[in-house]
Parts: sequence; C-alpha cells; structure tokens
Amino acid sequence: MSRAVKIPLAFLAAVAAMAVIGPFLSPHEYMTTNFDHLLAAPGSGSAHVFGTDDLGRDLFVRTMMGIRITLTVAIVASLVSLVIGVAYGAIAGFAGGRVDAVMMRFVDTLYALPFIFFVILLMVAFERNFLLIFVAIGAVNWLDMARIVRGQTLSLREREFVAAARLTGVSSWRIITRHIAPNLLGIVIVYVTLAIPQAILVESFLSFLGLGVQEPQTSLGALVNAGVGHMETAAWTLLIPAGVLALILLCFNFLGDGLRDQFDARKAR
Amino acid sequence: MRAIRSIAVLLGLSLLISCSGGADRAAENTLHRGLQVGPETLDPHRSRSTEAGEILRDLGEGLVGYSPAAELVPAAAERWDVSEDGLIWTFHLRDGLRWSNGDALPAGHFVAGMRRLVDPATAAFYADKLIDVENAAAIVAGELSPEELGVEAPDDRTLVVRLERPIPYLLKLLTHASTFPVHPPSLAEHGDSFARPGRFVSNGAYRLVDWVPAALISLERNEYYWDNDTTAIDAVNYHVLVMSNAELSRYRAGDLHITASVPPDAFQMVREEYGDQLHVAPRLGVYFYGFNLARPPFADSLALREALSMAVDREQLVASVTGRGEQPAWSWVPPGVDNYTPPRLGFAALSKDERERLARLRYKEAGYGPDKPLQIELRYNTGDQHKKIAVAVQSMWRDVLGVEATLVNEEFGVLLSNIRAAEITQVFRSGWTGDYNDAHTFLDVMMGGNASNLTGYASEEYDQLMRRAAAQVDPDRRRLYMEEAERVMLSDHPLIPLYVYVNKHLIRPEVVGWEDNVLDYHYSRHLSLE
Amino acid sequence: MLRYTLFRILGAIPTLLLVIALAFMMVRAAPGGPFDAEYIPSTEVEKNLRDAYGLDDPLPQQFLTYLSGLLRGDLGPSIRQTGYSVAELIGEALPYSFLLGATAMLLALLLGVGAGTVAALRQGSLLDRTITGLSLTGISIPVFVVAPVLVLLFAVKLQWLPAGWGSARGAATWVLPVVTLALPQLAYVARLMRASMIDVLSSDFVRTARAQGLGTATIVRVHALKPAMLPVISYLGPAVAGILTGSVVVEEVFGIPGLGEMFVRAALNRDYTLVLGVVVFYASLIVALNLVVDILYGVIDPRVRYR
Repeated sequence: MSRAVKIPLAFLAAVAAMAVIGPFLSPHEYMTTNFDHLLAAPGSGSAHVFGTDDLGRDLFVRTMMGIRITLTVAIVASLVSLVIGVAYGAIAGFAGGRVDAVMMRFVDTLYALPFIFFVILLMVAFERNFLLIFVAIGAVNWLDMARIVRGQTLSLREREFVAAARLTGVSSWRIITRHIAPNLLGIVIVYVTLAIPQAILVESFLSFLGLGVQEPQTSLGALVNAGVGHMETAAWTLLIPAGVLALILLCFNFLGDGLRDQFDARKAR
Repeated sequence: MRAIRSIAVLLGLSLLISCSGGADRAAENTLHRGLQVGPETLDPHRSRSTEAGEILRDLGEGLVGYSPAAELVPAAAERWDVSEDGLIWTFHLRDGLRWSNGDALPAGHFVAGMRRLVDPATAAFYADKLIDVENAAAIVAGELSPEELGVEAPDDRTLVVRLERPIPYLLKLLTHASTFPVHPPSLAEHGDSFARPGRFVSNGAYRLVDWVPAALISLERNEYYWDNDTTAIDAVNYHVLVMSNAELSRYRAGDLHITASVPPDAFQMVREEYGDQLHVAPRLGVYFYGFNLARPPFADSLALREALSMAVDREQLVASVTGRGEQPAWSWVPPGVDNYTPPRLGFAALSKDERERLARLRYKEAGYGPDKPLQIELRYNTGDQHKKIAVAVQSMWRDVLGVEATLVNEEFGVLLSNIRAAEITQVFRSGWTGDYNDAHTFLDVMMGGNASNLTGYASEEYDQLMRRAAAQVDPDRRRLYMEEAERVMLSDHPLIPLYVYVNKHLIRPEVVGWEDNVLDYHYSRHLSLE
Repeated sequence: MLRYTLFRILGAIPTLLLVIALAFMMVRAAPGGPFDAEYIPSTEVEKNLRDAYGLDDPLPQQFLTYLSGLLRGDLGPSIRQTGYSVAELIGEALPYSFLLGATAMLLALLLGVGAGTVAALRQGSLLDRTITGLSLTGISIPVFVVAPVLVLLFAVKLQWLPAGWGSARGAATWVLPVVTLALPQLAYVARLMRASMIDVLSSDFVRTARAQGLGTATIVRVHALKPAMLPVISYLGPAVAGILTGSVVVEEVFGIPGLGEMFVRAALNRDYTLVLGVVVFYASLIVALNLVVDILYGVIDPRVRYR
C-alpha cells in the first residue's frame, strides 16, 4: 500500500474509532439538555471539551454521534448503490447485445431524472426514517456504478481467459463470480470510495432543508447546519463539526485518488 | 474554445443589462420591508397568508381600518350605525372614493366584492369570514346564488349589511382583505389573474408596480387615495427572504428598513449590537402542544394530560429555549385581547417544585410510574425552533415524570394530515394566531366540530356557554360567558399552551411612526423616513 | 449525425413519460394538500377549493388530464400561486436560475481548466500545492456553510458586496451567489484537469512535439488541451446536477427567485402542478444537455463515431 492510501486510511480509522469509543469516555449523554450551560465555550478547563450547543447538550458526544450516523448513512448508501450498480452493470455487460442495449437505455432514462428533486419529494412524502435516507441516497448513486461496471465487464468478456473458460463449458454464473467479479474489484473499490463523500454531501444538504435525521439524534450535516446560525456568537458550534466533516470528506477523496493511482499503476504493469 | 469565449462575453453582457434596470427604481423615499413568505396572490378574496394580508393593507382598503396602534378607525366608510338588535349595520362611505386609475368607487363595488368572496366559483379560502351575514352559509354551500347575500347598496355612498346573528366583532372582520372590493372592470377583463403588475387597480394608499413572485413586490403611492396627503412614503419594496438569517444579513448590510423577524440563533447578538433597533412585543398568538383526544392514552385520561401539562416548565422554556421575550402561556386566549380577561390554568400560581410534585401525583394517578413509564410520540413540524422546543419538553417530561417521549419530525403538510386523521398522533405541535382582536377568534376554534379544532375537543358544556355568549348583544355579559367557557375548557386540558408569541422586528432609526401592537399590523402609509 | 440526433430525441419521450408518472405518483402520495394551514376552513369551503382544481377527480383521470394538457403545451395553473400559470412561474424564475447556473458553470470551467493546467505544468511547485489545496477545500465544505460565511465577511462586515438579490446594486449582486455556487464545481474541474493534463503531457505525441522544438504554450494550446478536456466534458453531467443542488441553497441564502428554491417551496406547499412542471422542465433540460455533451464529445474526440 502506498502512502497516499495509508495516510487517509489511518485518519479515517482514527476518526471512526473515536466515534465508536468517544461517547463512552465522556460523562455526558448526547441527548441530555442543560439549561444552565447553554452555548458553553469549549476548552480544557470546561466540563465540555467541545463546548455545548444551544440546548446545553455536550458537543463532543454529539459530534461523535454525528460522525457515527454520517458515516453509517454514507457507507450504507454507497453499499446500496454498489450492490445495485454492480449487479446491474455486470449483467448488462455480460449479456451484451440487445439485453445490454435495453438495460443501458433504462439507465440513460434514469439519468434524466432531476434526482435531487426526487430525493426531496421522497423525504417530503414519507415519514422520516433512516432506511429511507439510505435508499434515497443510494438510488442517486448507483447509475454511475452500473455504467462503469458494465464498461469493464464488456471489455473483460472479450479477454482470452474468459473466452477460454467459456470454451471449456463453464457456466455463465461461474464465469461472472469467478472470473469477472474479482477483476472488477479494483475499480469498484475506487468508485465506492469516491461515492461516499458524495453521499455525505447529499445527507448534509437534506439536513440543510430540515429533512435529515430525527432529533435528538444528529449527523455532521445537521450539526453544521445548526452551527451556521451561531457562527458569530458561538463559532465552535460551526467550526468543530464543519472541521470534522471536511476532514472526513478530504480523507475519502484522498483515499479514492490514492487507490485509483495504485489501480492504474497495476493495470499499466 | 472560441465558442466558449463568445458565450462568456454574451453572458457577461446579459448580466450587465439585466442588472442595470433595477437601479432607477430605488427612489430616495422608498421603504424596504422584509417578508418571510412570498404572497400566494394579491387577489384580496383568494389570498390566504399573513404576508398577503400585510401587503394588501397597503394596496387595498376595507370599510374599516386600523390606526398605527391597531385601534379600529374609519377607512372607506366614514361612519356607521347599527340597529338595536345588532343585526343591521349601515355604513356611510366617504365622498369621492376612487380607484388607483381614477375610476369612482361606489358602494356597489363593495357589494360585488363581498358577493365574489362567498361565491363557490371564487374558491376563496376565507369565504367563511362573512358566514354570519344573511344567506352567506347557503351561498358558500352552493344552495343560493351570490346575489342573495344580505349586503346591498341603496345608493353610491351607503352600504347595508344584514346579519343572521349579532356579531360584535363585525367591524374587525371588515378590516380583513377578504372583505375588500375589487375593481370590477379589471376583474371582467383579466379574470382571476387581475392581481398583477400593470393590471391590478387598487383602492388603498399604494398601487402595485412590480412583482417578482417569491422575491420582490414593489408598490408606489396611489395619487387617488382619499388620504394621499398624509401618506409620507412614496414607494414600498417588500423583499421576500425565507431564511431569517438571510433577512438579518440584508438588514445589517443596509438593504432593509424593517425586518419581518429576528432569527432565534442570532437574537443575543442582535440585542447586544442593535438593541435600540430591536422591537419585541406580545402578539395574539399561542404556541401549544395538542393531545389526540380520539385515541388512548389521552382519550380518557384527564390526569395524564394534566400531568404532562404541569411538568412543562414554561418559565424555563421561554427563558432558555425560545429566548426572544416570549411570555409563558397559562391560558388559551392570550393576554391583551380587547374586553377579555383570560382565566388561567389551575396550577399557574403554584411554584415550580409544587407543580412538579403535583404532576408526579397525577401521573401516578393515571397509572404510570418508574416501572411503567408512559411511552409516547411527540410530533412537530420541521423548523429549528420547533425542534429545540420539542427537545426541551421531551427532557422536561423525562426529568420530572420519567416519560419516554420519542420525537417525530414531520414536514408541515404531513403532520397536519396526521393530526386530522387522528389515528397515529399522540402529542403534536401547533399554534393559533388570532385573525382579529376578539376572544372569539380563539374560543370558536375549540367548539366541537370546528375544522381547526385539531385535538378533537368536544364539550357540551363549553359549546353551550359559547352559544349563549354568541346570543348576547351586551359586551359584558358576552365576555362573562366566554371566560366561563374558557375556564371549562382549560380544566379539561385538551392541549398544553406553551408560550405566547411575540412580534420581533429590527427597525432602522430613520423609520418614524412605528407602534408595536398585538396584531402586528403596520400600514406603510403611517410610517415615514427621516 | 442528424439521424442520431432524431433517434435520441424520439428515445427521450418514454423517458419523460416515466419521469412525469413517477413525479405525479410521488407528489400525490405525499400526505397533506395545497391548502394546508393552521387555519382550516369549513368543509364546504375546502370542497370549493378542491373542486376549483379538480383535485377530487379519480387520480388516473387527473393524470390523463394533465398529460393531455402537456401535449398542448399547457402545464396548468399553479395551485398555490393563485392567478399564475406554471409556465409563467417557470418563465419568471428561469432567467435568474439560468444566469446563476450558467455563469457559475462557466466560471468553474474557465477557472478550473486554467488552474488545473497551470498546476499540471508546474507539478510539485508551491503554486500546484496551493491550487490542489484550495480545490480540496472547495470540495470539503458544504455550500450552506460557504454562503453565509461569505455574506458575513463581504456584505455585513466589509460591506464590499451586496448581501443578496433585490437591493438594486447591479451586477455586483451576482458576485457572491455565483462564486459560492461555482466553488465546489471549480474545485472538481481543477482536480480533473490537473490529473488528465499530467497524463496527456507524459504521452508520446506530446514528447514528439516537444522534440520538434515546440514551446510549452503552443503544445498545451494546440495539442494537449483538447484531449485533456475529455474527462472534464464527461463531468459536465454531474456538474449540472451539482449546480442544481447547490442552487437550491444559494437561492435561499441570497433570496434569488430561481427555480431550485421554487421547487422546494412547491414540494413543501404541495403545489402539485408546479412540482410536476419543474420536474418536466428539468428532465427535458437534462435530456437535451446529455445530447449536447455526447455531440460535443464527438466533435472533440474524432474516435467517437455515431451509429
């Protein structure tokens, strides 16, 4: 593994570990309000390392909760898009011909949907729940994945080892699972890594519209959005979650780039 | 590349052209006001929102109007008489009333306006406003033709309104935009889209010059207005700014004279930096949590409802959570209503500790306790303030009673349809703002079967007291019945009044003539710029 | 090419139908209605209101009515914005959205391509690092944070620029909104451009050109720019989507009466016809844009041939 992969990966692991362990280290709970400590400033002298929000809730614990939820939403959403996209793309690419044409036409069709509008409609129409956020965001992202996987599969299909397998009578299913899927792995990982920051941004956009996760649970997007209102009087309520959000987005972007370079280098060899 | 370059040049040019047009509109004597929501229409009869009402008070005029302090004053009518039984009102219009295009405005135009309001074909949201006028209910229901409405103009300066029962607040209704006249020739020519710039002929102190939906409404002085000589401000621009933080930025950048609101998050900063420009005053509106009375656990447990109401520390709520000068609500009708003294919830006078002790007692009485905590859902509509309040109340209930409340945030339309279905809702957020300064606008809502009665409260005793009040011509006796009715309702705890709304505005020092009032009505013609 | 274009346009019809049907179902499945308010009128009044827009007819019938209107080019009346037709409202909002979106897009493309190229030419230098760093920051901060921060800084504190639309200070009004909207896209384009320019510069034909003694400027302009632009052009589709999302935020913060903000309001207010109208409009726009991108791709890269 190159440094371009290791460093962001280490950062992400650290952030995730902190988000999992952090809340246990703090004496505070993420939903406990304290009207005597509204918007308390952060600092080592304070009981609240990251300060408190406008309901006196501990921002450290809430930020950790926010990271958990943001990462969960983003990763699960990306997995949804991964599963749909890879299955769809691999089938289309492997089948080829008319099936491929029809399936890809459908993808083109969906590309024409103003997706963000549909996400808004979805969030408006149905009761707010976690699952729906995953599905909505995943539904936005799977199209790219399907296109890429299909392209790769098409070219793999023509390669010698697949042709050889086919000649020796190996079943299609086996060819897909044994020969094609492993060769898709690299590019799929790269694109999932790059899809995660997209999903994080969509989630934060929904929070901006007030269509995000349910209080008292929170996400980084919701924390940042709440912090914007206090940016002059209690800057930490904006800076801390925004900093964490930026760090996570940066790490995923770096990681994606690093992985892509590595993958390209291997392909070039 | 060349193509891109030429597109860039074109765009740059179009930018310059499209923007330079606005500059000459900004006359010296222009008032810039903020608005939270763009008006859905400026057609007085089909308008619905508070914002449309605000602009229509500048554009149009009814028989009666308000002074800067929101006291009733003669407007298009200079005086009026009422029959002894309170059923027949005769209005005498001013001499020489004109529309903004110079056309004469006879009493017949008022009659035509009121007929249009109740005509089912108009589909007016506030068709119910004049429901107590003779035949109005039957016309709204499509059983009689609009011509049968009990309003007529014996001559050009006289208007007679016949009522089916005495309504002491009739004059207040007649200030509402839904009772304004509309210019009949414009209506005939343009149909439902007459309320547009270049078409809209109005009868108020201003006329419509420009309207960019959801962004900007520009008005200019109406030279034909009867009181034009005292109008000081030549032009008014209403800027629609949905985000109150954005509105505040615009005010601070010097773009606005008057804001529609002040964002809660920035309130502390505003008070410190713009203290002298900040106006906070109580308003006729109450923020409440309602119970779904059609389903358990609240259907038949008065003790439980009372316990939850008592456990909310309203003083703490207004001091720490809402924090913009709101007052705790101890009644359904807010204080400040004309000729009415609201009774207070029974526990209002108790200390916080005492209330909490009683709350626990009642909670236990209802059959709940540490080993059997109440588990409920608290629904509120999307909004930062609503969220904060819900989180605070949730934690108060948990701390005092051990109630396990789950917060459910729903978008407004979703919440409302859930409340109206009365199936899954348990506790829900809502609010009620008075349309006019009379206790009736609040108390009527709680009558059994009223469409806006969201809790489903229905009490025979309450309804009977209200009917008795409605039959009274004597204002004092009417008041006593209504106060008794509210007392009955409060002791049934169908809802938890949380706090009384306040109006919050930032107003530049150069704006003269502003008076804070409970209705939050501020005609631009009463203001001037120094 | 003409046949291809025709084929694509015909192919767009089922796409649009599907989009309309989906949007229709979703907006009608949403609880609540266009006349929701805390004040609820009596049953008779509510019925009159619903009748005025045919909302109580059977849904399939309403859908067909809508489609037949659409065929005649009629998007119907707005239910919420009484007295305006959907087409009029879109017509009012479109110039603002177009000006905002197109200017931001152009800015992002011109500056992004420029910055990416410069960074690629000076790979590893301080300039390269600055550009890379800035573009990463651009990607990592949500628009709804950038917008109010810029307003606070440049409009409230420094008072150099207007805080939003409608204050009649000419073209300066557009500076902050356009910059805010362009920033994340600019960052993406710069990153894409840098990477692909590095690729192209190390390719054989550039080395040949260099061996022939051509200067860097000429090589970039004549040989490298076109092929290096290909990934950027592929990115146009997602960029339009990004601009669309961003414009909802930018329009709200700066009070610009554009389409994005209008759609969000319409969805929240259950203005059924307006929601559908905006969706139909955007879907048609995206179909058209995709077509343009494909054709552009062919113009720039002669290897792509149309069936």
